[in-house]
Amino acid sequence: MTSGTVNTALIGTRKGFFVYDLDADNPTVTSTHFLGSPVSAVLHDYRDDTWYAGLDHGHFGVKLHRSDDHGATWTELAYPAYPAAAESEVDSSTTKLIWTLVPGHPSQPAVLWCGTIPGGLFRSDDRGETWQLNQALWNEPSRAEWFGGGYDQPGLHSISIDPRSADSMTVGVSCGGSWYTDDGGASWTVSTGMRAAYMPDGRADDPRIQDPHRIVRCAAAPDVLWTQHHNGIFRSIDNGRTWSAIADVAPSAFGFAVAVHPSDPETAWFVPAESDEVRIPVEGAMVVNRTHDGGDTFETTSAGLPQQNAYHLIYRHGLDVDGTGQRLVLASTTGSLWHSNDGGNSFRHITSSLPPVLCVQHL
Amino acid sequence: MPRIQVAKAFRRHVECPDLAVGGSTVHDALAEYFDAFPAVRSYVLDEHGAVRKHVAIFVGDDQITDRSHLSDEVTEDGIVYIFQALSGG
Repeated sequence: MTSGTVNTALIGTRKGFFVYDLDADNPTVTSTHFLGSPVSAVLHDYRDDTWYAGLDHGHFGVKLHRSDDHGATWTELAYPAYPAAAESEVDSSTTKLIWTLVPGHPSQPAVLWCGTIPGGLFRSDDRGETWQLNQALWNEPSRAEWFGGGYDQPGLHSISIDPRSADSMTVGVSCGGSWYTDDGGASWTVSTGMRAAYMPDGRADDPRIQDPHRIVRCAAAPDVLWTQHHNGIFRSIDNGRTWSAIADVAPSAFGFAVAVHPSDPETAWFVPAESDEVRIPVEGAMVVNRTHDGGDTFETTSAGLPQQNAYHLIYRHGLDVDGTGQRLVLASTTGSLWHSNDGGNSFRHITSSLPPVLCVQHL
Repeated sequence: MPRIQVAKAFRRHVECPDLAVGGSTVHDALAEYFDAFPAVRSYVLDEHGAVRKHVAIFVGDDQITDRSHLSDEVTEDGIVYIFQALSGG
């Protein structure tokens, strides 16, 4: 989410980085980048109008690129790399995926944060030129019990800076729970209140093995965060310290993506899928769920979305809202893109011809 | 002098021309190559200096056996080939 002054979407896919102009009568691709390469993270840094792309070359490893001219030219930077293993560890870890890139607090204009598989949080103090692993979270003893969710290894996919303090942030790990710091990452505390029915009964409430698929924060009410969890929807009203389950969500509480309104903490959007075992829209009808009352009730939007034989899945980073709270973009693993200009009352289909979409950002 | 040849698939992403280098092991030969073309290093090796899982290095017709420390020997007229696995869709 960024300022909302332009109506452009950055889209990272399995085979390239696409930029869409959504203002046009016929929205079009205005530029393409890294065609053929998986783009696992995209970032428009609103502070200096810079673009970043996290690539997953597979054979050739992950890579990070930055553009200072809206993609006209790109510079390859160092990728966030793991240090050699401590003597107590069997093997050194290597970066398997750049899963999320986030601007630092406005008071730290050169700082970026990066979440990776196998679960490390990295900080850059120089606009991505160099990276340092956050040792406090990496050395958290319970990390040995984290496990992968959809990937072989755990992954850190959500980083939410508290706009009131550069030292305060919450991160989400699949599957390692939700963690917060109030000292810039020197120490971390696990959040409580999430539940994992997929675990043995005795571990279901263990906060350290939870699978929050995505965590987002309301910019104007930073104590309010929302999570689409493997087990359903959760909300925090105390800056990520504790979470409460949201009950009775139809047609399903399962999904990956969540977006929260930038100025109304009671309003959030979700894209439900049938279940853990069946990751397609319920009965082949794609919908977006929206609450306006903090999760007490949900409206289900189908206008503009396919209602028959639709088998789309929206990944964690496949849904975004802009700074106005009115424009949403969502894109699917089957290469379709939709846009809303009315806060999700209705959606406009843009294309079905993209490669599988991994991430979007609405500028 | 040993010669380094990098497969075409790498050239989509990074400049990596053939180059004659010094050294009597794969490690030393590649170190000289990476001095000349530092950006290539992270495409071939991970952050701990081991050959990436889906990259293969041959000396002549033989795949190297030491993928962690690259201690395989290279003769004066040897050719070090760097390939990528063929996979995906």
